[in-house]
Amino acid sequence: MHLAYPAVLAVLLFCIGLYGVLARRNAILVLMSVELMLNAVNLNLVAFDVWLRDTLHAGQALTLFTIAIAAAEIGIGLAIVLMVYRNRGTSDVDRLRDTAERPGDDGPGGGPDRPTAPADREEKAEAAA
Amino acid sequence: MTPAAPQGFLSPTGVEVAFVLVGLATLGAALVSVTTRRLVHAALWLVVALGGVAVEYLLLTAEFIAWVQVLIYVGSVVVLLLFGLMLTKAPIGPSPDADSGNRWIALGVAGLAAATLGWVVLDAFRTAWIDLDGPVQGSTRVTGDMLFRHWVLPFEALSVLLLAALVGAIVLSRKDPRATGDTAAPGSRGADGTEDPEGTR
Amino acid sequence: MTTTTLAVLVPLLPFLGAAAGLLLGRTAPGFVRPLAVLPTLAAAGLAVAVAVRQGGGPAVEASTELTPTGSVPVDLALYVDGFAALVAVLVGVVAACVQIYSTAYLRDDPRYPSYAALVSLFTSAMLLVVYSGDLMVLLVGWEVMGICSYFLVGHYWETPEARAASLKAFLVTKLGDVPFLIGLFALASAAGTFRITGVLGAVAAGTIEHPTLVALLLLAGVAGKSAQFPLHTWLPDAMAGPTPVSALIHAATMVAAGVYLVARLLPLFAASAAAMTVLAAMAAVTMVGSGLAALAQDDIKRVLAYSTIGQLGYMTGALAVGDRGAAVFHLLSHGAFKAVLFLAAGVVIHAAGTNSLAAMSRMSGLARRVPDAFWTMTVALLALAAIPPFAGFFSKEAVLVAAEHAALDGSGAVPAAAGWTVLVAGLATALLTAAYAARLWLRTFRGRGAEAPDHGRQPLAMTSVLWVLAVPSLAFGLAYGALPEWFDGRALTPTLTTAVLGTGAALVGGLVTYAAWRHATAPAARPPAGAVTAHPGEAPAVSAAADPTDPGRLLLGPLHRSAAEGFRVDALYSALFVRPVRAGARLVSFLDREVVDAYVRGSGTGARLLGAAVRRAQTGNVQTYLGALLAGSVAVAVLAVVLSHTNAGS
Repeated sequence: MHLAYPAVLAVLLFCIGLYGVLARRNAILVLMSVELMLNAVNLNLVAFDVWLRDTLHAGQALTLFTIAIAAAEIGIGLAIVLMVYRNRGTSDVDRLRDTAERPGDDGPGGGPDRPTAPADREEKAEAAA
Repeated sequence: MTPAAPQGFLSPTGVEVAFVLVGLATLGAALVSVTTRRLVHAALWLVVALGGVAVEYLLLTAEFIAWVQVLIYVGSVVVLLLFGLMLTKAPIGPSPDADSGNRWIALGVAGLAAATLGWVVLDAFRTAWIDLDGPVQGSTRVTGDMLFRHWVLPFEALSVLLLAALVGAIVLSRKDPRATGDTAAPGSRGADGTEDPEGTR
Repeated sequence: MTTTTLAVLVPLLPFLGAAAGLLLGRTAPGFVRPLAVLPTLAAAGLAVAVAVRQGGGPAVEASTELTPTGSVPVDLALYVDGFAALVAVLVGVVAACVQIYSTAYLRDDPRYPSYAALVSLFTSAMLLVVYSGDLMVLLVGWEVMGICSYFLVGHYWETPEARAASLKAFLVTKLGDVPFLIGLFALASAAGTFRITGVLGAVAAGTIEHPTLVALLLLAGVAGKSAQFPLHTWLPDAMAGPTPVSALIHAATMVAAGVYLVARLLPLFAASAAAMTVLAAMAAVTMVGSGLAALAQDDIKRVLAYSTIGQLGYMTGALAVGDRGAAVFHLLSHGAFKAVLFLAAGVVIHAAGTNSLAAMSRMSGLARRVPDAFWTMTVALLALAAIPPFAGFFSKEAVLVAAEHAALDGSGAVPAAAGWTVLVAGLATALLTAAYAARLWLRTFRGRGAEAPDHGRQPLAMTSVLWVLAVPSLAFGLAYGALPEWFDGRALTPTLTTAVLGTGAALVGGLVTYAAWRHATAPAARPPAGAVTAHPGEAPAVSAAADPTDPGRLLLGPLHRSAAEGFRVDALYSALFVRPVRAGARLVSFLDREVVDAYVRGSGTGARLLGAAVRRAQTGNVQTYLGALLAGSVAVAVLAVVLSHTNAGS
């Protein structure tokens, strides 16, 4: 089989995932897109493992590991998203703008509106914990 | 790279045809998954896409990976995602604001990345062929052999990582009855994190 | 202890006292007075001991080099000859008297601790100047004196006059110090050493290339420090400081330093006839001008200040005719009687409650209120007017004899013109000195009008030092026979011609003043003290100008007004220097504000605009950041691929 097929498939899958990460508003949809990207990488790993006929099967082993780590990641990620949702009442990525400059800080160009969240600090502290 | 390759560039075998078709279905499902406005549908289309990838694994003779893919992703990850959607009160119907304002930037970046990577990959592997007729690469036996012969230590380390992730997820999502609005609580909770695994078992 | 150890202790003790006073001043107020008086007193005693041991014999020398300091070595050198020993005794005694006097004079002053410490430091610096055998170490003491005078003159810094006077004293003396420093470097580089003995050896060997230039440069510093024309203007204004400080500055320390330095380096000046002529002209102008100005002043302390300038003119005159023995002799006797004058003036001011002579002339019985001050001041004024047998007579005679000697013999280094200048100016000044001394005495103690207010007895600390210092004013002149062996060996004995001329001039001056005073007060006696009651609130200067009983007014005639203003030297300086400098400062300020700051503001605005532009990217939206990041990485990847392709292709 031509190697370009799985490789190009992986590239396209990756870029679709990339688009999803950048364009989706809901944090859970972002996580889904991340899964797509991970799968693209896994596909690459398997394809090259098969192509190179590696005696250690490093590609397949790494694929397994990646799947395990992805599972862990989705668990932690969902937990974080849930907590953010609990504290903020939303899980929209583009409304979590604590890193933006406040309008009262200095000068013109104040940032766009953001939810005034008294629980900001608590959320940060929880994330740190 | 494989000069002994008997095929031409456009002489598809049966496996290749199947691969391309399944690949197209996978891409389509993924595309719908990242563009649909119904959040739950997105998760379901993701199932299709991940399943398609599992089929591709099978076609690449990596059967163990394929079943793991089905098991983990389709079986658990997507279920988890659905739970997440449910817990964050995601609307069932179409939600018009599913895409954020910078989708055009995202489209540009993704398109550019696709063009670049595609160009590079095609340029690099134009003449590379996978020989699928040799000994099976990814049967369960082979995988188990290599996993427990060569990759035992990383495997064990990975299990520790999974445990840590498990504990972390529990700690993060647990509602602390003492610390509703109390800023001092998170620190203390992080300090006695060692007792949480005991509590979860 | 060796003489060297004693001599080292002399400047060191007041310095340690000053340091301790500054450190303990706030925490332990009980120690301040002992710390102020005792070290100075001990230094005076040690200075006497050093003088006794030195005994006019060969100079005591010692030196140590702490560390190499480059091309010309700077040594911690000690050089005590007869001049140094005697001047140190004067400095020590006057400083001790001033410290004792100050304990009473400033007993209620909240800033007494720092004042006493600064006086000690001042004394220490002067003693360092006196004993130092190295020009660089001498310069250290010289500059420390400058800064101490700044602080002490500005002691009452709440008043604008004191602030202005302290700044003026500092700036004017510094104006002289800059050429002085350059002169020192020129001298040291020509002589290859900062040691005074080495410099004098180089002068004797004739290796100094431009003695005139060096001497004139040094002369600028001396003129600033010793208040010689044209840098004398700071001294009358320095009266804004406390009276004991005036006594210290005028009698023993600051102004004496310049004369003392020239006396030490006299061979250098004598090597240049031009420098001597300049010195003589400077002395003559200073003497006569200050005498005239003193005759017109109303403030008792300003009269004394101008008299100091005049007496310093005598000293520089003596130096100009090449007789440093006479100069230092006059320095010593002047130190004694000028200290008495200032300290007694302080007592009188306390008693009268005013500085103004015009106001004092409308008080009767001031002499009965302060008998100690009256008698000591009388003695000191007689010494100032050079009436025999008081100290001033002998020292002034020594100067006049030296001038006559130079004028008639025209010996060697000293031009005859310098001698004649000094002689004539000295005689004229003797007349003027007697005149203003008589005027001061008459106006202060022979006033008519209301009874002077009674402030009770003056403290013993203030009156006792007056008598201590009055003794040398009275009798120091009789030591003229013993002094030459301490100095260069030239006789200081008065000669008949100059004695008759000088004393005659003094008597004429005194008598004419008395006659004028009688003439002026006779009509004024009929409406008694009308001016006072009519204008009680007016400023003293105005009422003095309008005061018809002033004999100085009668004597000076049309000159009076300009003399009262110090011949408008200040106004001239204001027009020549102050205004151009102010205009330049305004120009610089304008340039700074409008030109330099424009760049600064421009860069600030630019940075702000740039920040505003960059801030627009700072939306807080993580996806935007991520998008930018990935776009960038794609661009880098493309670049890498393209580059590798072109490299591989080429």
